[in-house]
Amino acid sequence: MLLPEASSIAPRIDALFWSMTLLCAAVAVAVFVALIVYAVRYRRGSNADRRGRLNQDLAVELTWILVPFALFVAAFIWSLTIFTFAHTPPADARTVYVIARQWMWKVEHPEGQREINTLHVPLGMPVRLAMTSQDVIHSFYVPAFRLKQDVLPGRYTQLWFVPTRLGSFPLLCAQYCGLDHASMGGEIIVMPPAGFARWLAGHAGAGSLAARGAQLFRSHGCSGCHDPKSAIHAPDLTGLYGTTVHLADGRTVVADERYLHDCIVLPAGQLVAGYPPVMPSFSGQLSEEELLALIAYIKSLAAAGPSRGAP
Amino acid sequence: MSTLESAAVPRSFLAHGHRLGAWLTTLDHKRIAILYGLGITFFFVLGGAAATLIRLNLITPDGALLSAETYNKAFTFHGVIMVWFFLIPSIPATLGNFLIPLMIGARDVAFPRLNLTSWYLYMTGGLFTVAALLAGGVDTGWTFYVPFSTLFSSSQVLLAVIGVFVSGFSSILTGLNFIVTIHSLRTPGMSWYRLPLFVWAMYAVSLVMVLATPVLAMTLALIGLERGLGVGIFDPALGGDPLLFQHLFWFYSHPAVYIMILPAMGVVSEIIACFARRRVFGYRFMTYSMLAIAVIGFLVWGHHMFVSGQSVYASLVFSLLSFVVAVPSAIKVFNWTATLRKGDITFEAPMLYALGFVGLFMLGGLTGLMLAAPALDIPLHDTYFVIAHFHYVMVGGSVMAYLGGIHFWWPKLTGKRYPESWARFAAILMFFGFNLTFFPQYILGYEGMPRRYHAYLPAFQPLNVLSSGGASILAIAYLLPLGYLLWSLRHGAAAGDNPWGARGLEWQTSSPPPQENFTHPPQVREAYDYEAPPP
Repeated sequence: MLLPEASSIAPRIDALFWSMTLLCAAVAVAVFVALIVYAVRYRRGSNADRRGRLNQDLAVELTWILVPFALFVAAFIWSLTIFTFAHTPPADARTVYVIARQWMWKVEHPEGQREINTLHVPLGMPVRLAMTSQDVIHSFYVPAFRLKQDVLPGRYTQLWFVPTRLGSFPLLCAQYCGLDHASMGGEIIVMPPAGFARWLAGHAGAGSLAARGAQLFRSHGCSGCHDPKSAIHAPDLTGLYGTTVHLADGRTVVADERYLHDCIVLPAGQLVAGYPPVMPSFSGQLSEEELLALIAYIKSLAAAGPSRGAP
Repeated sequence: MSTLESAAVPRSFLAHGHRLGAWLTTLDHKRIAILYGLGITFFFVLGGAAATLIRLNLITPDGALLSAETYNKAFTFHGVIMVWFFLIPSIPATLGNFLIPLMIGARDVAFPRLNLTSWYLYMTGGLFTVAALLAGGVDTGWTFYVPFSTLFSSSQVLLAVIGVFVSGFSSILTGLNFIVTIHSLRTPGMSWYRLPLFVWAMYAVSLVMVLATPVLAMTLALIGLERGLGVGIFDPALGGDPLLFQHLFWFYSHPAVYIMILPAMGVVSEIIACFARRRVFGYRFMTYSMLAIAVIGFLVWGHHMFVSGQSVYASLVFSLLSFVVAVPSAIKVFNWTATLRKGDITFEAPMLYALGFVGLFMLGGLTGLMLAAPALDIPLHDTYFVIAHFHYVMVGGSVMAYLGGIHFWWPKLTGKRYPESWARFAAILMFFGFNLTFFPQYILGYEGMPRRYHAYLPAFQPLNVLSSGGASILAIAYLLPLGYLLWSLRHGAAAGDNPWGARGLEWQTSSPPPQENFTHPPQVREAYDYEAPPP
């Protein structure tokens, strides 16, 4: 096989792929053989027995309705288990942020390291990517991992994997995104954990993502209202991440990355029950990178304070 | 012009006025079918030229022939033209228009003026799309995904969208016309379960055209509003949702796949019954399965969005429904195969096309099952695996069936025989050329080559060269019928009224038929009554 299986999900997907390929090939061969045998045996002028010709037969029809259907349901259930697994990142996964734009991938590590068109990850450890786009829809595609996820403007989508092979694997954009779509590529570099730790240390930037967020939190005036000591009635953000929030319009939402992002750029649509609509929109004032840093800072508050709000 | 008229041989519809004005104002369904035939042939050649550029460019990994910009415009033009100006009108507007009234024993369709209007709408839409090309082209892909198409593309998106929008009304009106015609103009004795499966297919496809196409029109209008006037519908910066576009687009465009394949299923049923000299096996199940495809086909659009960010639960429901819609297609393949059993089979060109259709459609359908499993769609989505899958269904399926149908009814349409050995040669060449072009693309897709790539990793080159080589064989196979069919108009032998010994009502009138279709009321019997002698 040309394509390596370099993630924990790749062998599971390949098992289903080759099983379905085999099944489909078996059906195709059976039908081709039947077509050819009938075509030869019942060609005009042959002396094959044509008595007892059937024009319809309920039992036959039901057989070739129910047998394929049962096989389809089996395939569906098998695929279901893999698909839900692919959408259930483990809680201890390392979250890395990805921002796509025409025509590059920007990566922000939680410790503050930044990369463009490359992503360094440690072997054997779960990594979760929280991704958004600055412009059009892109798609994060790593063939060797058998993984792909569209990356949209205005929302976060996620993807997770456990790399199982050392080396460098191509990263491609799979969703057509304009002129240089074909060259919007990069690589995923899988390193041994110790080597990865050294890489992180060697590329430490200006403090962690959360620390940059803390700076922005002050410089953009967020702390003026959201600080617990503030006189203005605004929600306390300590321990907010991951909890369930009751909104003024009756909805309940989980305070995930997407929720926090929307709160900052479209606060009017995410009003928390019991608070006045006084927060201005920061749409256009913060880049996606700055938004991510703010979100990382708010997430870091979760560990510090007591959790609240969750029923 | 001199016409020899006798009481025995009525004047053919082709003899009623030769001037351009007579053709452009005709209300005769048979002439409108020919007008459509000329239109879709023109657009097929244009779309084929774009495909040629694509395959030439992909011979080298760096895409040396075209710039990225030109390449993007080439595949967009190929998709827009082939989907909306060839595949969707192909069989319904040409063979459907020509055959429905003949097959049900009617004089014309229910609304002849509406029929001509449909053709003008189609041509107007086509001209807008060609104008978009001449004005610089469009680079969004045929899917017009937002926010690229509304905010970021600086190409002629609006012109192309207007073209598709206008031609959509041609589909809606044609569907409406067919539904009313089939309900109200059947000759006495032609009950629903005596209808040829081709008419059933036209009925099912008309339902889809009438119900799905308005959603496309609406979606394209919303693109116009956002792009032209900045109304926020899909753009998140304006409070819109880009996934909303995909839902609306595929709500039309998945049923549109069935608009392309149902008519093909109808054509193939007629051909296989005729050349196996027997009734189609499981006639009733064939009708039910076509209606089932038309109905369930409306509920599977979300399988285009498994990796889009759509909710996991939605994806699973769409996946299950997509497996369900494969059942009626499987029924049809098995029934066609069973129709050959104990038949008295001959292998004229239409039959070769029909058998080729069954094989290629089956391979396209089976790989569709793999894509219906979201776990497999994660790696395969937006790769050449998908490209290969839908070309097997639409080109291997619909185009083979269209050409099979053109050959089968050519004697009826023109009164002339085409050269049989050339036609058989072309059909076989097409089958091999097609597989050589598109089978390597399945492998490319599995290995991870994304679609819409102007340049690619060098490891993918051998399979791409193979595919381009196949495409050149395919191009020759498509040009052959164009040549010998035109030749036969002048030099072909006279066809006679029923050269195949077929049983549909259309074979009971002269070739070509008179303007009023039948001079005597046709004799109606069970469909595919091949056991009895011809009437």
